[in-house]
Amino acid sequence: MPPSGASRLRVKQNNGITQVEFIDRNILDEANIHQIGEEITGLVDASPTPKLLISFANVDHLSSAALGTLITINNRIKGRKGQLRLANIDPQIGEVFKITKLDKLFQIHDTTDGAIGSFT
Amino acid sequence: MHASSTAQPEKAVLSLVNTREDIERAENALMAALTRFGYADAARFAVRLAMEEGLVNAFRHGHKNLPATTPVRFEFTVSAASVTLDIEDQGPGFDPAKVKDPTLDENLEIPTGRGLLLMRAYMASVDYLGRGNRVQMVFKPKPAA
Repeated sequence: MPPSGASRLRVKQNNGITQVEFIDRNILDEANIHQIGEEITGLVDASPTPKLLISFANVDHLSSAALGTLITINNRIKGRKGQLRLANIDPQIGEVFKITKLDKLFQIHDTTDGAIGSFT
Repeated sequence: MHASSTAQPEKAVLSLVNTREDIERAENALMAALTRFGYADAARFAVRLAMEEGLVNAFRHGHKNLPATTPVRFEFTVSAASVTLDIEDQGPGFDPAKVKDPTLDENLEIPTGRGLLLMRAYMASVDYLGRGNRVQMVFKPKPAA
């Protein structure tokens, strides 16, 4: 877990695509989720038409509050005519997306490469 | 080593405030009990998620108008046959019938209201008791194939 106040994300820029990975394995704590939302919102707002890829490669658990933050980010990206992709979702977390039917809302890819190739 | 099916159920009653330390202390105790009874990873994922969602609902909604230090009562009972979680807040109560179905197309972009859905999806039963300020959830492991 990163120290308090440190970024909770690893961010990489790649040909106009902002790639984000979580540092936390568990995205459960409300304060951390709030911080993640603020950090990603900053990345979205930094581009006129953001292309954002969020990788869940290191994530073991997430809560409905984390899903809510993803929805808020998605709404913000849509408002800016940008694109959001999710990738590397563990099967157990994939089940959470299916139960909530958020697999219909988000474009989810098995791999980072697949997600990168899907941006238009 | 796993506890046998005849082992005595493990029960704990904890008083939690809304800090990560308190929630993790309860979670660690619960997960340790599941480990002793040999619950598989998928079961641990399900029970942990239901516990997190139940506690978030209690603190965020139940205690919305109460001092931040108001405790929630959390009780768990683990046996080979089931895991029961019992979460009681001190708020005015909650009517689950008033929660919109977040899976409807028109509600998919609303960022809240999925905790109860997840609790119901992963647990065998979810019941609101008393004035709606107490939720009791039961997890039953799938029989071995």
